[in-house]
Order: sequence, then C-alpha cells, then structure tokens
Amino acid sequence: MAIIFYTLLVFIIIAAFIAVETKKLLSAVICIGAIGFGASIMFLFLFAPDIAITQIVVEVLGLIILIRATISRDRTFIAGDREFFGMIVSLVIIFLIAVAGILVFPETLPDFGTPIFTETSNSASQTYVEEGMEKTGAANLVASVILDFRAYDTLGEATVLFTSIIGATIILRKKTKKLLEEPDL
Amino acid sequence: MPYALCFLLFMIGLYCAVVKKNMVKIVIGILIMEYAVNLFLVMLGFRWGGRAPIITAEDMVGGSLSELFVNSSVDPLPQALVLTAIVISLGSLALMISICIRTYERYGTFDITQIRRLKG
Amino acid sequence: MKGMTIIVKNISSFVKVLIFLFGIYIILFGHLTPGGGFAGGVIIASSYVLLMLAYGREFAEENLSLSMTSKLDCLGALLFAAVGLFGLFYGAASFFWNFIHQKSWWGEPFNLLSAGTIPLSNIFIGIKVGASLFLVILILSSFRLETSASEKE
Repeated sequence: MAIIFYTLLVFIIIAAFIAVETKKLLSAVICIGAIGFGASIMFLFLFAPDIAITQIVVEVLGLIILIRATISRDRTFIAGDREFFGMIVSLVIIFLIAVAGILVFPETLPDFGTPIFTETSNSASQTYVEEGMEKTGAANLVASVILDFRAYDTLGEATVLFTSIIGATIILRKKTKKLLEEPDL
Repeated sequence: MPYALCFLLFMIGLYCAVVKKNMVKIVIGILIMEYAVNLFLVMLGFRWGGRAPIITAEDMVGGSLSELFVNSSVDPLPQALVLTAIVISLGSLALMISICIRTYERYGTFDITQIRRLKG
Repeated sequence: MKGMTIIVKNISSFVKVLIFLFGIYIILFGHLTPGGGFAGGVIIASSYVLLMLAYGREFAEENLSLSMTSKLDCLGALLFAAVGLFGLFYGAASFFWNFIHQKSWWGEPFNLLSAGTIPLSNIFIGIKVGASLFLVILILSSFRLETSASEKE
C-alpha cells in the first residue's frame, strides 16, 4: 500500500522538476497539469473523495487560465536566471531552510498513518466523528464540518474569492471611448 | 517518509519562485508550493486501513453509530481546510495571471529584470 | 475569439448540458455523497467555459452576459450571509446556527431533505463560485480580444 504513495510522489516530483527547468512555457504548463492529476489520484488513495473531485475540476480550469494567458504571446523562450550575487544569496537561504526542516521533521511530526486525534483525548476531530451525525443530520462529515461546525471559515473563503475576482476584474478593465472623451465637468 | 517528499516538492517550488526570471515561471513556482501544502495537510489525517468520512446506512447499528466506523474513519478536519484552500488557490492564480498580462501589455516582455530598468 | 469547427460545436452542444446536470447533482446531494458546493460550482462554471470555447465569446455573452454573471455572483454571496444571519431570529447564540435541524423542520438523515441549512448553503455557495470563475475567464478572454484589435489599428 505504501508503494503506491511513493510511486505517485516520485511522479509528482519528476513532473515538478521538469516544470521548473524547461525553457518552453507550454511544457511547463502541461507539467502543472500532470502534477494536478497526480495529486488528485493521491487524494483518492488517502481516502478523501471530496477533495479529489474538487482538485481535478479546479486543475482543469487552472490549466485553461494559464494557457489562455501565456501561449499566444511571443516571449516563450526566455532563458537564464537572475544576476549572480542575488542568486547565490537566495540559494544559501533555501539550503538553510531545507536543513532546518530536516532537523525538525522526525521529532515533532507524528508517524505517517496514525493521526493526532487518536492519541489525544477530547480532540475536536473525535467530536466531529462521533457526534456529527446527530448534531447536524448530515451523512457527509466533511460537509457538516465546513458548513455547520466551521461555517465562519467558509464565509471567509467566500470573501477571499470575491475579493480576488474583483481585483482581477479591475486590473483587466479596458478604457472605453466614453471614459477617454469627457475632460470637462 | 512521505512527509519528506512533500517537503522536497515545497523546496522545488520555492527554488523556482526565487531564482527564475520569467514572470510566468514565478507563478508556476507559487502554484507548486500550494500543491505541496495541500498534499501535506491531507497526509496528516491519514490512517492505515481507514475509510472515508462518509456515513452510509450500513454504519448505523440500531440507531447509533457503530464502533467500527468511529475506530477506522479518517480525520475530517484537515480535509475541510484543504477543500477551501484549493478553491482559493484558483482565485489567486487568476489574480496573478491578470497582473502578468497587464505588465506584458505595458512593457512588452515577461522578463522581470527588464521591468526594473524601464521607468515611466 | 472565434469558435471551433462544426464537429466540435455539435458535440459540445450536447455534452455541456450533461456537464451542467452533473454539477447540479453534485451540489444537491452534497450532504449525502462526496462533493458539496465548491466542486459543483466549479463544474457548472466549466460547462459555460465549454460553451465559450466551442462557439466563440460573442455567442456565450448573448447566452449569459457579463453584467448578469456579476449579479449572480453578488447574489450568491449575499444569500449565503443571509442564511447565517437568519439563525439570530430564532433565538440562537451565534451566527450560522443550524436552526432548521435544531427545530426539526425537515426529515430524517439519509434523505434529500435533511441536515438543516446545509443543502441551502451548498446551493448558494455553488452559485457564487460558479459565477465568479466564469466571470474571470470571460474577462480574461475579452481582454485578449481588445489588445489584438487595438494593435491592428
């Protein structure tokens, strides 16, 4: 069973590596699509069907946005990296973060496969699993968590989505002739 | 061990967002980081031999929840957090791409070193 | 943006209705099977994006115009906030109180009409997310048309 996780993760990492290093933008966008599909299959094997459905349809729309924005422009062959000194400093910082992460990981995280809520008593997830059905009446526990127990987070998410769409609409506003031709008043 | 591979994916995304010169490559790096974080959060709630947190009619034993379901269901809380995070990442991708398109229309290039030097 | 060939137009005019129906199914049964408001809303948006890609942007704008999409977006967000505030009228102590389930207006679990305000919230979130994503893709494609037209002049 663990072999499936490792295979999918290695596939995702190889696709990410190709997306970062290639010189053509179309190949990078296609590799992003491969990462998304691999992640969706991984969510299915991690017993999360809600998230697998959402990931795959969001991936398709994200690919449409990326392709629509980048492919017809002329500049698809920019090569090279930034100037030398800044790149060295950034690589040193990334290396330090990686070393810190490797030192922190094995002690504080639980083992893969035993979630935290089985080891602590009176955790929130235990309450959601045991009493979710009688308190909300929904058979889908994830839906009862996002729309009844934690509906504030869903309201915040709706606000964030609304704001980002308004931002994108304002940035891409075109100046019509009426706006440009009224200098008086 | 799968946590370490997720961390490696996050590092690849961070490297791409920091080092590359093309604006769309920076956006792709941020997107890879978001995928890595979503994968990591769902992996935190996984349980060997578990099942999805959806109650069917076979789990109800005499009007209450069976012990088998309570002892083998997967954590539903990280799944709820990741569900909203995936849709938010789509909204932020739309915003980033619209900024890239505007900059291309104004300066004629995706290269960020060129944009730094042209003023006005 | 012009559409595609006639084979693609014929097939997509049949398939987009099925995608729309599937999206409505995922939203409505969100409290019984996996899915919910977010996934269903994105599926509904993708059915309209298929219409736009196959027939061209002008045909899709006659079908569902830009102003109507943004009004649907705002309407979905306001209705979702209203569902949260309604609980205050029925003696609740906090927002988003599941007043329909606590007062047992609807039926037993595992039915379609159960679980209180959760199906209502799913429908409004689905409308909001679907309209938002279709709006942003419409704006992105109309912007491209504008710049290429201005370059020709």
